Amino acid sequence: MIIAIVSLGGLGLLFGGLLAFAARKFAVEVDPRVEMTQSYLPGANCGVCGYAGCAQYAEAVVAGGAPLNACTPGGSEVSKNIAGLLGMEAPAAEARLVAQLVCLGDCETAKDKAVYDGFRECKAALMFGGGVKACRFGCVGEGSCVRSCPVEAITMSKNGLPLINHKLCISCGKCKNVCPRQVIEMVSANMLYHVRCKSLDKGKQVRDICSRGCIACNLCAKECPVKAIRLENNLAIIDGLICNNCGTCVEVCPQKTIA
Amino acid sequence: MSFKTFRGGVHPGHYKNATEKMPVVPARLPAVAIIPMAQHIGAPCEPLVAVGDEVKTGQKVGDSQAFVTAPVHSSVSGKVVKIAPCNHPLGRLVNAVYIKSDGEDTWHEDVRPHPDWEQASPDELRKIVRNAGIVGMGGATFPTHVKLSPPPGAKIDYCLVNGAECEPYLTSDHRAMLERPAEIITGLRIIMKAVNAPKGYIGVEDNKPDAVEAMKRAAAGLADVEVHALHTKYPQGAEKQLIKVFTGREVPSGGLPSAVGCVVHNVGTCIAIADAVCSGKPLIERIVTITGSGINEPKNMLVRVGTPMEEVIEQCGGFKPDVRKVILGGPMMGLAQPTVENFPVIKGTSGILCLTSLEVELQAFSPCIRCARCVDVCPVSIMPLFIGSAVEQGLYDRAESANAMDCIECGCCTYVCPSKRPLVQWIRLSKGDIADRRAKK
Repeated sequence: MIIAIVSLGGLGLLFGGLLAFAARKFAVEVDPRVEMTQSYLPGANCGVCGYAGCAQYAEAVVAGGAPLNACTPGGSEVSKNIAGLLGMEAPAAEARLVAQLVCLGDCETAKDKAVYDGFRECKAALMFGGGVKACRFGCVGEGSCVRSCPVEAITMSKNGLPLINHKLCISCGKCKNVCPRQVIEMVSANMLYHVRCKSLDKGKQVRDICSRGCIACNLCAKECPVKAIRLENNLAIIDGLICNNCGTCVEVCPQKTIA
Repeated sequence: MSFKTFRGGVHPGHYKNATEKMPVVPARLPAVAIIPMAQHIGAPCEPLVAVGDEVKTGQKVGDSQAFVTAPVHSSVSGKVVKIAPCNHPLGRLVNAVYIKSDGEDTWHEDVRPHPDWEQASPDELRKIVRNAGIVGMGGATFPTHVKLSPPPGAKIDYCLVNGAECEPYLTSDHRAMLERPAEIITGLRIIMKAVNAPKGYIGVEDNKPDAVEAMKRAAAGLADVEVHALHTKYPQGAEKQLIKVFTGREVPSGGLPSAVGCVVHNVGTCIAIADAVCSGKPLIERIVTITGSGINEPKNMLVRVGTPMEEVIEQCGGFKPDVRKVILGGPMMGLAQPTVENFPVIKGTSGILCLTSLEVELQAFSPCIRCARCVDVCPVSIMPLFIGSAVEQGLYDRAESANAMDCIECGCCTYVCPSKRPLVQWIRLSKGDIADRRAKK
């Protein structure tokens, strides 16, 4: 019994000593600024900065190889913190971007041309005759963006269009990149109204297949008090630099496309 | 002589009895022929005619300067009424010339035979084939003159003709072999001359003994052409599999058949080549099998390219009320279509398969159980289960390293999967993504 305690205890002490020695001898010098920087980052490991995760970005930014404002989820606050830590000048604060769906063609407003019963992935649905919906520009509605969101800010509505919660959105842009029809855009959170249609078809064609699509009637452009709206390729476009969020266009739009 | 077989493959039901005994009947001329500018793999054509022009049957109405392309010809005589987009089997809109038929079917004066083709040089033959707008008629629609131009230095030992018709339901090649065997042999001899190949093989699956018999009779007395009955197994008619069966050679990953000294053509393509050379006719008609339990009168029809799908279906007695899915091509590799409106028959339309709701009911898929049946049946020895689960998680780079690009999209994996997983669909999805990324690099 005694022998066992002594021998095992002795071994424990010996290995403990060895480990303590190794920890000193082979200690890895970590720049404390990297750890600090990492603590400022949101920790979602979303990869928007272009690095594998928050830790890799922290290393790169301390080493001086990455821009201070590459972390869009963190926004201006994080870049300010990092700049303060590294003794650099903080980049000018930009307005927060949020993902915005620019299509209103759900299962009630937009017409379908066929039934799709393959697997649920937008790209796959597009391989079947260019999608189920009659509109060539609209949301496919199979929810690839919902699955791509790292913070579950997107859910599928019962009418088959993704709903984006702007409060949860970290502006990583993953949904925008995964969307095969490019109907998700990153827009300034300060801008309240958007033309929620991408159809370049002529007005009659749009009206035939969708009750919410832009028919290029030009009413919004005519009525806009600050002339922020123009018509291009049968589609109204709001210039975010001029728009003052007055909401006149929302009231005059006959298709309720601007919302 | 018995041949080695290829690895993998499946044995789906044939479903050919509805149309295999029915002789090919010519379809009516279309009222308005819709001639899409892209009926092939490669660069789309530019229209050579304008609205209001008078055109004749066989007149070239579209061409392109690119190498990988095939010109398109008017299939009726009449007047160009509009140039507008129409539906294409690949699910996109393509520009098309709409020609209102005058009902006369007057042939264009450029259509003239080349009776002395045996003296023609390979280059002249390739030119005739290109000007006739011939593409691979098994469904892939790859321009034939490109296949007839092997890369410099490549020596072609064998010309293979695919008469396997391994897709269920389809009987257009079967009927072609029974009704026009002489033209198939002529077409094969023209190909052999164009690529300077000493030997030609014709392969027919042994579930068509009458076709084997007809082809053997037509090839009798020819020393350099052999007809062989092949084991009935899907995908027997696939290019790489046919090469493996006849020569034992394996086409390397990412390579072309010419890399192993072979070219493979479909029997329909052979007939088109024979027509182009011997009678000067460009490719403006093809045999189409209209079949499936969703159609009232299944038929094999000789249809002019550009005939609207609706007119063809109407000549077959129309749809049955519970038709649910229309597939262009066969059930294994064909493409389901969202519509038949504004949709012409094109050079690659081998069949119009109409299925009822009972036949196309889909079951929800469940997780992979690692039974590896997809690995057993895969004719190109890839592992569909790994590619499938990678794509399911959105990991396309992993799909690429699992050799997704070698997939021939035969669908055997999906056919056998006990969990009903859409493996070939996933692989096709990843192939599109991988090709996009490679193009960006």
